[in-house]
Amino acid sequence: MARTLAMFTDTSLCIGCRACQVACKQWNELGMEVPEWTGTYQNHTHFTDQTFRLVRFIEEPKPTGELAWLLMSDVCKHCAQAGCLEACPTGAIYRTQYGTVDINQDTCNGCRYCVSSCPFGVVAFNASSGTAKKCTFCNDRIHNGLGPACAKACPTESIQFGFRDELVARAQKRVETLKGMGFKEAQLYGADSNGFLGGLNAFFLLLARPGTYNLPDSPKLPQRNVVVDSLLSIGSAVLVGLGALLAFRERGQGGGDA
Amino acid sequence: MTTNLIDIQNSDVIMATSNMAENHPVGFQWVMKAKERGAKLIHVDPRFTRTSAAADMHVPLRSGTNIVFFGGMIKYAIDHNLHFKDYVVHYTNASFLIDPEFKTATDGGGLFAGYDAAKRAYDQKSWKYQLDAEGNPKRDLTLRDPNSVFQLMRRHYSRYTVEMVERVCGIPKEKFVAAAKLFCEASGPEKTGSITYALNLTQHTNGVENIRALCMLQLLLGNVGRPGGGVVALRGHANVQGATDLAVLYQDLPGYHPMPLRDAHPDLKTYLEKTTPKSGFVVNRPKWVVSMLKAWYGDRATKENDYGFDWIAKRASADAYSHQHIFVDMYNGKLKGFFAIGQNPAVGGPNAKLARAALEKLDWLVVQDIFLTETAEFWKAPASPPHREAAGTKNIKTEVFFLPAAPAAEKDGTLTNTMRLIQWHEKAVDPPGDVRSDAEHIYQLGKRLRTLYAGSKAKRDQGILALTWDYGDKHPDMLKVLVEMNGVAIEELRDKDGKVLYRKGEPLKTFADLRDDGTTTSGIWIYTGATVWDAEGKVVNRTASHKKGDEKDYLAHGWGWSWPANRRILYNRASANPAGKPWSEKKKFLWWDPEAPSNVPDKKGRWVGLDVPDFNAFLAPDAKGGDNPYIMRADGKGAFFGPLLDGPFPEHYEPVESPVKNLLSRQQMNPTAKIWKVGDKRNELAGVGSAEYPYVITTYRLTEHHLSGVMSRYLPMLAELFESHFAEISHELAKELGIANGDTITVMSPRGKIHAKAMVTNRFKPFTIDGKKIHQIGVPWHWGYNGVPGLPGSKGDITNDLSATVGDSNVFIQETKAFCCNVKKGVV
Repeated sequence: MARTLAMFTDTSLCIGCRACQVACKQWNELGMEVPEWTGTYQNHTHFTDQTFRLVRFIEEPKPTGELAWLLMSDVCKHCAQAGCLEACPTGAIYRTQYGTVDINQDTCNGCRYCVSSCPFGVVAFNASSGTAKKCTFCNDRIHNGLGPACAKACPTESIQFGFRDELVARAQKRVETLKGMGFKEAQLYGADSNGFLGGLNAFFLLLARPGTYNLPDSPKLPQRNVVVDSLLSIGSAVLVGLGALLAFRERGQGGGDA
Repeated sequence: MTTNLIDIQNSDVIMATSNMAENHPVGFQWVMKAKERGAKLIHVDPRFTRTSAAADMHVPLRSGTNIVFFGGMIKYAIDHNLHFKDYVVHYTNASFLIDPEFKTATDGGGLFAGYDAAKRAYDQKSWKYQLDAEGNPKRDLTLRDPNSVFQLMRRHYSRYTVEMVERVCGIPKEKFVAAAKLFCEASGPEKTGSITYALNLTQHTNGVENIRALCMLQLLLGNVGRPGGGVVALRGHANVQGATDLAVLYQDLPGYHPMPLRDAHPDLKTYLEKTTPKSGFVVNRPKWVVSMLKAWYGDRATKENDYGFDWIAKRASADAYSHQHIFVDMYNGKLKGFFAIGQNPAVGGPNAKLARAALEKLDWLVVQDIFLTETAEFWKAPASPPHREAAGTKNIKTEVFFLPAAPAAEKDGTLTNTMRLIQWHEKAVDPPGDVRSDAEHIYQLGKRLRTLYAGSKAKRDQGILALTWDYGDKHPDMLKVLVEMNGVAIEELRDKDGKVLYRKGEPLKTFADLRDDGTTTSGIWIYTGATVWDAEGKVVNRTASHKKGDEKDYLAHGWGWSWPANRRILYNRASANPAGKPWSEKKKFLWWDPEAPSNVPDKKGRWVGLDVPDFNAFLAPDAKGGDNPYIMRADGKGAFFGPLLDGPFPEHYEPVESPVKNLLSRQQMNPTAKIWKVGDKRNELAGVGSAEYPYVITTYRLTEHHLSGVMSRYLPMLAELFESHFAEISHELAKELGIANGDTITVMSPRGKIHAKAMVTNRFKPFTIDGKKIHQIGVPWHWGYNGVPGLPGSKGDITNDLSATVGDSNVFIQETKAFCCNVKKGVV
């Protein structure tokens, strides 16, 4: 396997221009969606089969009482332990040679297990093709030696594309710099390969705790609950069965009276 | 701009007065780069925007009070001795003595000496330097003389105290002092700061003075001509710099020569005498103008016929042809036809309702654009009481022609961006169908006109017949056009020793070689050097060069070509001290190398460094004029005292429509501002402190949309980014009016009203002005009645229906950044 590629989104450099969101739509030929009123500049509200990059606008007062407008370009995380990939019964969702996660549109059967298995709400179902859709990491561009369209369009290098190990090293340095500049909550999200989901191949630098950005603090795969949940299910099934048997027994006895 | 966007990375502090992150996101990368290197970003803006989000400090000020802010900064810097004294003494006119008759606005109740109330204009006879016996300005290098520019400036701004800033701008005193300290302390040999501006400063009835105030602060702190310093003028779109260079303005000829006046300039000699100064680099104007006429009229331009000067249309008046003049005249029936190329005045200009009504009065209208704009379909405007019912074609006699135009990707040519950088681009795809480039439309129109006028003896037709109009058969060869702009040697040119400088037909390498004897051409002197010949006589297009910047050349002189002379930082003589040494190692840029070979054999000494010198590269620092960085000015010095029509120092006046009285003087508004009187109540104005229109409104643009929306509202992937047209209001105002986020509201001014959704946000806050709460709202102006089918939010009311037909004294720009409105819940 080739060296793992990654995208590092440094929200401290994001100016919310949404060039990434538009470039993504343009390159991937994604369609227009009638937006809904969000009360702020953000549109749309969540990832869909037509929106793979989404800039979030978060108005949040700083501890000093001054206003902060946190801007963050969100995307599929291309998890090392990917919920969608594990849930896929047909093998349509696969890991590319670069470490990213992609969906083979020809073998996807539209079962939507992946949709509910993504801890980040990234994967969406496309009704017309009957398949699941998400960020491809611009697989077609990567294979031709180009970075993803979003990273290419970003004017401030908030979205950086490259080899994962190099990006992580750069990101770690950047966190230290930011902390020195007074951004106490500056932190990396998903950079650690030993952390949650085995690390994210699209990882982030955040200026506040993950929850502020609508990201789970410690995302888990629904599959990891399978053993416990299955045992619980079996247990409850046994209990229900026993209850039913008992009920029949009582009814049977009553029948004798008729 | 005086500098280069790349160089912003060297700033120690950046003061954005415009919304740079949203409107110039690509250039903003260099601000972020500076921030990564530890620079501080101050954002001065009534609104909290995406620029504020990236800033270390957001300083909100009430719209229309910029001069109080800058004046307060100037006073703060002088009071705290933070100005860069050596720079101020040697490179500006601070030490020059002014006629004792001159009085500042501090002594004149808000007016300078010479105001004539009947004419609403100044007699500028006392606004001049004292001269010595030889005719040179008198100076006092100690800056102590009460008639020195420095002391007059100090006196003028003595009223601009931090308390006054708080009362007028609504900036709490502590916040202003913190910003002033942060910015003004980044001054002196070791530090520099830059200030960005855009339409936030220009679109006011004192727009030019706003910019002057900014420039004065930068001169005071020694922030011009030095790395990391500068006046960062951010132009509105990709080629607006190119458009002004090439004189798509009423008052200029290409290269910033004044457009001749009918009565004052009857012939070339008079024109050149009246417009050419006695000193400074502009003494060369005759060479530039004659070369321009030779480029236009070729062999037909001769010394005997004034090189065709008579063929140029002349202005009947300096107060007649701005955008606003045109639409008032059109409404009054004085204009019969109108050609709108890439412009959408039905949406984009001030008082847009007046503009649309004016279009109805035309005999013919040609619109050349990439989509069917509102201007091209002005009769489709929906009902907009009280002035019009839903239009319709019934009573409109205007004949409309639409010429579909190709955007940049479908044609060859250049764009000149905000940092004077000319970049060539090649056509990526052919335009569809019968769509043509603007150049082809104009070229073919010119050809047809010349056929129609052929043989005409009428004097008015001779200019069109005399034009050199030969750029190819169908589509003009744009490289040929660029070479004409650059200019060529008409015949073999030799220097005084007889050495051949240029072969016949060779493009000129520098405007220094232009001549006024008819042997050179140049369509625009500042572009000379953009094209050259290689050894074989083949044209090398330097605007197409693509060498990226590196450690040795961070300003990337090999990327495109920047006017003038591929110079990246203007006035760069100021980057060295008067002795020609860098002010500091850290801010080293250009310096005098006494050992370097000169241009004269057996002499030594030349300027060297990181850029092309913006002056004679062989002029020693101690030679006469060797310490004059501002070569375009007759005196060679940066101007604190600089006569404009509304005063030699910027003075605060309230916007024409304001909720408060002027606290600085009894002069409420700019006494020389242009106020048009338009019939049928089409330009009504709200009075000072009007109860009917109590709120300040500012209009602006968003990253996702472009200008009047022609390049964004028709594109689904851009148009979907905002749900609908909206107005931003504070929680405080929303509470007072019972408005919830997402409610439809009505915004009204004396000119019209619009409906939009209320975006209730913490990013707007009411101001406390002189102890009284004043609300300000903000409305983007991108929407109109055309857009993407199936995307209702791509269409919306026209914000410019609210703004007024009033203008700046010097250039007549509209006041759309600060006027008054009312807000009501629901559709009223």
